[in-house]
Amino acid sequence: MEWVVFGLFTLAALGGAAGVVVARRPVHSAMSLVLTLFSVAVFFVMQGAHFLAAVQVIVYAGAIVVLFLFVIMLLGIDQEDILDEPLPAQRPLAIVVGVALLAGVLLFAHILQPTGESAVRGSATQGDLPNVERIATSLFTTFLWPFEITSALLVIAVVGAVVLARRGATHPVDDHIGADPGSDEGPAAALYPGGTPDPPGEHEE
Amino acid sequence: MKVPGSYYLVVAAAMFCIGAIGLLIRRNALVMFMCVELMLNAVNLTFVTFARMLDDIGGQVFVFFTLVVAAAEVVIGLALIVSIFRRRQGATADDLNVLRG
Repeated sequence: MEWVVFGLFTLAALGGAAGVVVARRPVHSAMSLVLTLFSVAVFFVMQGAHFLAAVQVIVYAGAIVVLFLFVIMLLGIDQEDILDEPLPAQRPLAIVVGVALLAGVLLFAHILQPTGESAVRGSATQGDLPNVERIATSLFTTFLWPFEITSALLVIAVVGAVVLARRGATHPVDDHIGADPGSDEGPAAALYPGGTPDPPGEHEE
Repeated sequence: MKVPGSYYLVVAAAMFCIGAIGLLIRRNALVMFMCVELMLNAVNLTFVTFARMLDDIGGQVFVFFTLVVAAAEVVIGLALIVSIFRRRQGATADDLNVLRG
């Protein structure tokens, strides 16, 4: 039974990954990415990482892919990719390099077995603690300092995104809105896109 | 019967290489980003598999950190792509060969 699930979702994961690469439209790539991410979440469940499987579906398939689709549709760049290759040798060369990379990784993985002490930071499977409690215990004791650094990283990323997505200093946001011919009806036009509602008392002719 | 961890490692290696090939042959900056996500996910799968093989929860905690870093990376990368699109049409990586705006 587990082998059947593994085989099915291996096909789904690798097929989705190939779909990301070969799809001509970015939207199709994003949909294939969802398939792969979901398959990886299934692999997480099969290996006992239940919390990570939930986070994978929520954060990756939920938030990140939606962010991708948001940018694709907001910018209207869903045109097909260019087909003529500026460097004619690049595509076959890239495939050769990728296959060589795979062969190298598998060769090294075959030669070098994973070693090391087991359960240094707590066991992943022994005992009857739930998966979430194991991760939380490790996260808030052993990995407390990296956890705090991660929160700083998130704040920096948010500030960076705001700085990057802002219009340049020569065109502040307020100036641009003020110069837009469509928005000279005052702030009420922005609140009521269907037209400013009539103030009470103006209906009596 | 349990699937041995080495099978998951092979799947993860294949996913990583597909992502690497895509990063090399695609021109659209958004699709290149998705290929980076593929590679990150392959590494996450490897972490979880080793966490099971070595019976250590540290691998799963590390995947948690990788998820946060991936989220931050996507936010910054998409902001960069949006600001590139404001200046020029198309996000073809070959056109972006100057460092000035």
